[in-house]
Amino acid sequence: MSDAPQFKYVGTRPVRPDGVDKVTGRATFGADFTLPGMLFGVVLRSPHAHARIRSIDVSAALAIEGVLAVVTGDDFPEVEDDVEMGGEGEGSIKDLADNVMARKKALYHGHAVAAVAATSLKKARAALDAIKVDYEVLTPVMGLDEAMAEDAPLLDEALMTQGLSEPATKPSNIASRMVMGRGDVEQGFKDADVVLEGTYNTPTVHQGYIEPHACLATVNEGGQATVWCCTQGSFEVRLYCANVCGLGLGSIRVIPSEIGGGFGGKTTVYIEPVAIMLSKQAGRPVKMSMTREEVFRASGPASAARSKIKIGAKRDGTITAMQASIAYEAGAYAGSPMGPGCMSVFASYNVPNLAIEGFDVLVNKPKVAAYRAPGAPQSMYACECLITELAEKLEIDPIKLRLKNAADEGDQAPYGPTWGPIGLKQCLEAAKTHPNYQVELKEGQGRGLAVGFWFNIGFQSSAEVHVNGDGSVTVIEGNPDIGGSRASMAIMAAEELGIPYENIRVQIGDTDHTGYTMVTGGSRTTFATGMAVIEASRDVISQAKARVAKIWQVDAEMVEWSNGHAVPKAGMNVDQAPMSFAEIVAKTASSGALIGRASLNARGAGPGFSVNFCDVEVDKRTGKVDVLRFTAIQDAGRAIHPSYVEGQLQGGAVQGIGWALNEEYVFDAEGVQQNAGFLDYRIPVASDMPMIDTQIIEVPNPAHPYGVRGVGETPIVAPLAATANAVADATGVRIRDLPLSPPNVLAALDAV
Amino acid sequence: MSKQQVSTRINGEETDFLCFPEQTMLEVLRDTLRLTGTKEGCGTGDCGACSILLDGTLVCACLMFAAESDGREVTTIEGIASGSDLHPLQQKFLDHAALQCGVCTPGFIVASKALLDEDPEPDEESIRYWLAGNLCRCTGYDKIVRAVQDAAAELRAHPAK
Amino acid sequence: MNISNGDFRYIAPSSVEDALHALAPAADDGVRRQVLAGGTDLIVQLRSVDPGPRTIVDIKSLPETNEIAISDDEVFIGGAVSAATITHHRDLKDVLPGLVESTYLIGSTQIQGRATLVGNLCNASPAGDTIPALIANQASCDIRGPDGARRLAVESFVLGVQKNALQPGEFVVGVRMPRPSTYTSDAYLRFIPRTEMDIAVASAGVSIRLDESGVCRDARVAIGAVAPTALLVPAAAEALIGSKIDEASLTAAGQACTQAARAISDKRGTVEYRKKVVAVLCERAAGIAAERASNR
Repeated sequence: MSDAPQFKYVGTRPVRPDGVDKVTGRATFGADFTLPGMLFGVVLRSPHAHARIRSIDVSAALAIEGVLAVVTGDDFPEVEDDVEMGGEGEGSIKDLADNVMARKKALYHGHAVAAVAATSLKKARAALDAIKVDYEVLTPVMGLDEAMAEDAPLLDEALMTQGLSEPATKPSNIASRMVMGRGDVEQGFKDADVVLEGTYNTPTVHQGYIEPHACLATVNEGGQATVWCCTQGSFEVRLYCANVCGLGLGSIRVIPSEIGGGFGGKTTVYIEPVAIMLSKQAGRPVKMSMTREEVFRASGPASAARSKIKIGAKRDGTITAMQASIAYEAGAYAGSPMGPGCMSVFASYNVPNLAIEGFDVLVNKPKVAAYRAPGAPQSMYACECLITELAEKLEIDPIKLRLKNAADEGDQAPYGPTWGPIGLKQCLEAAKTHPNYQVELKEGQGRGLAVGFWFNIGFQSSAEVHVNGDGSVTVIEGNPDIGGSRASMAIMAAEELGIPYENIRVQIGDTDHTGYTMVTGGSRTTFATGMAVIEASRDVISQAKARVAKIWQVDAEMVEWSNGHAVPKAGMNVDQAPMSFAEIVAKTASSGALIGRASLNARGAGPGFSVNFCDVEVDKRTGKVDVLRFTAIQDAGRAIHPSYVEGQLQGGAVQGIGWALNEEYVFDAEGVQQNAGFLDYRIPVASDMPMIDTQIIEVPNPAHPYGVRGVGETPIVAPLAATANAVADATGVRIRDLPLSPPNVLAALDAV
Repeated sequence: MSKQQVSTRINGEETDFLCFPEQTMLEVLRDTLRLTGTKEGCGTGDCGACSILLDGTLVCACLMFAAESDGREVTTIEGIASGSDLHPLQQKFLDHAALQCGVCTPGFIVASKALLDEDPEPDEESIRYWLAGNLCRCTGYDKIVRAVQDAAAELRAHPAK
Repeated sequence: MNISNGDFRYIAPSSVEDALHALAPAADDGVRRQVLAGGTDLIVQLRSVDPGPRTIVDIKSLPETNEIAISDDEVFIGGAVSAATITHHRDLKDVLPGLVESTYLIGSTQIQGRATLVGNLCNASPAGDTIPALIANQASCDIRGPDGARRLAVESFVLGVQKNALQPGEFVVGVRMPRPSTYTSDAYLRFIPRTEMDIAVASAGVSIRLDESGVCRDARVAIGAVAPTALLVPAAAEALIGSKIDEASLTAAGQACTQAARAISDKRGTVEYRKKVVAVLCERAAGIAAERASNR
């Protein structure tokens, strides 16, 4: 392809700028900060999954020597208006505030009801034991069926279902219902030769980041708060803390630490506002770290969901209609990923008749948080399983069936817009010819394939490019680096500026030191913040050229930028030696520092499609599934640093495999999680996994200067169905409910 | 309620510290000695983020009392590089992009060092089982395993490192 | 080393006598005394179950507890010998491969560096990996206490969920078992959902003695995680004795294990699942043990 852009740095694999600090233990994560005079904050959590809080008596706790602050819901201001959370969060800030510290009711086991700050962790924990809470214990609602039943106990007695065709007449646990579609599905099913239906359940799972939530907050006598914390979005933390604590945005500075994983789970706040309130009361800095048990019981998780799917198709494989009814558990407050889940369920297919219905349902579990492509793994798992069942029924190759119906440029997406260039068909073609797809399977083994999709987002980002005296460059941007994004930013800056990658440092600014930048999430960082870095680089070049034009006494358009230097425009009669950044800065000191800036609202995030296939072997006597091979193919638009793109594909694959095979929250009848630790919440370990083979497809996104589309979220979508389809292929038995844990698989095999 | 003195050697340096009897090595490393490269991911020995070497044996710092280190030799992530030279494992983790968020990385590097000290030529399966106690949620382990394989090869070619 | 914090104390005695002294219950001092070996269970329980003060007596500095001794007729493993030391011990692997396997399965590499076989036994978890393997090998505990020394068979030592037969002031110096003779070997298998890092959902330890013609002359089968304690299953052994460990005898032995199991449903598995899988594990472990025995 002769018209393909020629890159010098894009597509290379340099060492990340923050790498050395991260392999030597120098990098400072959330729990690594301390301040002189620091107190230790801990949270008292509800021992009941559903209870009315009659009263809380903290006097005995306050009387303990060394205890300097105790807060309960009464100490937090009322959040008056229902402010939408924005970012990746679903729900309202009023609910967020109630989730941070319960007011009238404890809505899940582990819900915060009080907090203490003391001079030692030991004293703080002793003080928790001294707090007396009088609970009226209520019946917990632990699943969709229970929650949606006519006479279900209510989490919120005032909740009226939104989005019904007729206004709701009585309260319910269903926060809202949504519908979308096009064409006439009834006619579509009538036109079909084959109609298949299936109901698929996916359990509550956790993001499982290795670093627990941690923060350090200090509020001075003037009311200025500083918060160090591990977060995907320091500006969201600032906004949420301001609203929950009743402070102005200008009164809070949030300094993001390095972040030990988030996957969407660190896009909200839990302990940060509590630390601020404790610090305010105590007049001392307060450090808080969740234990792993608290992380499981009171952060995340991702929605359990039930997806009922119906597909009609002609004998030749043409899909005539698709219908879905999907219920998502929101946890204790409204705001499951019902919207994106419903929008993505059939996004991979170009089908004229669609009807999709979604429910957002309250249950007595922790409020769900975003988890990598929130909503899509659940719904697309169901769709991709039924598509495979359809392929079997029609005796059509599963790739062929998908290719026949695959969404393509110019088709209309189920949620409205017309697709631009997308890479679904390219991914399917790549799978068909991939060497792993040709490997012969043995007895007891099976292969499964599935498609994944995520919208990807853009929105607001800012960046600055500072030119230093020696010609090196510091890039400042606002997205915490969760997976190597500093490297991508440095590559893009190097490409624009024409200076070596090694001469560029990338710093993550805090909320006072960089412009507003939305959360590291939505697969937006390389796309949107990358665009800001490119724009800021272009800005600094244009300023540099203007300065050089003055020195050369020529018009600005007579100066060009080439290979890191200002040069006279070719063909013009200007006889000047090229000038480097170092020379420009030295000769134009009177003009002040050379700084490029950009703040933008990035539009046109290119959607990301993937195809995964998986080979498994099933021990039919124990129900154990071993993953033999896994192949992840995905359209990245343009891979800026291919190693980190591969890393996203591999990491998402393994999280998805974990979701498919063994991960699930196990609750007892009282609504207490039985497996709140890494011992029994089984994320995949190194010996469970084979190498994860990847193939990057590049269908450039026209909205980004280099063609970037987000890559971080799509990878977790397809593995659930790819794995389940492989297990079905290996055993001849279709199990529709995840996880495919050994007891579940064996029970299904024995039931046949 | 008094603390007592423990004399140990940490990363080659004689180190004395005061601790309570029930304090873990992890608490003392992080909170008392400010060696925060050793991370806490679970506190129950299930994640490996606090991996250290005790007289050369790989252990979880969260599962030993600090008092047990008296008279022993402790190596943490801060002691893996020699001077300004990265250990080949550290370099290969960087070259292979074997870290994303990086919070599990210190534990993986310490655990991998223990492996290569014992077995200079581990196959993929041995690496995966040896590292099964180190959880990584970002990478899917692929690039970590490759980095360890490559570092092993490097150490075999240049044993002086 | 002797550190105390209020009622918290850490003591690392260097002789059995000093250890006994430290553990000796004083009439009414109200002090809890607890033996520390590897600490991989103790510290987790201290953190998540009961952080209460106690005197911790570390037995890792005693010569006796650090010993591995293999004589012509007996094998002894000291109470402070780590899992890593056991799994690296070539002679032990050779003599008792099943017991070594069971030890290898305790936790991660990191846990292996600390955890001890005897600690796994004393913790008395229904799912403890070494317990069925020890029972299959007729192991007994060497116990020292204020009233002297005593020996107790492992199946009598474990009394219930996290309950052992130690009296106040006693500790286990080590375990000993007969050295397997010619044509005798063992095997241990457990089932876990992942490949590592899990607690057994069901397990089986089997020891088998064959004659020269390959007929099973003696067998012991013990199963774990399917009852409050590991169980010796004589019926399973009887199904194997007299057979050439063929499919029929293996199936019968497995069925005997299913019969013997008194499993519960919990977060790790259901009753039905445990009962089915314990049979599979017995069959497979017996097959491996017989194969090994025939090569010895």
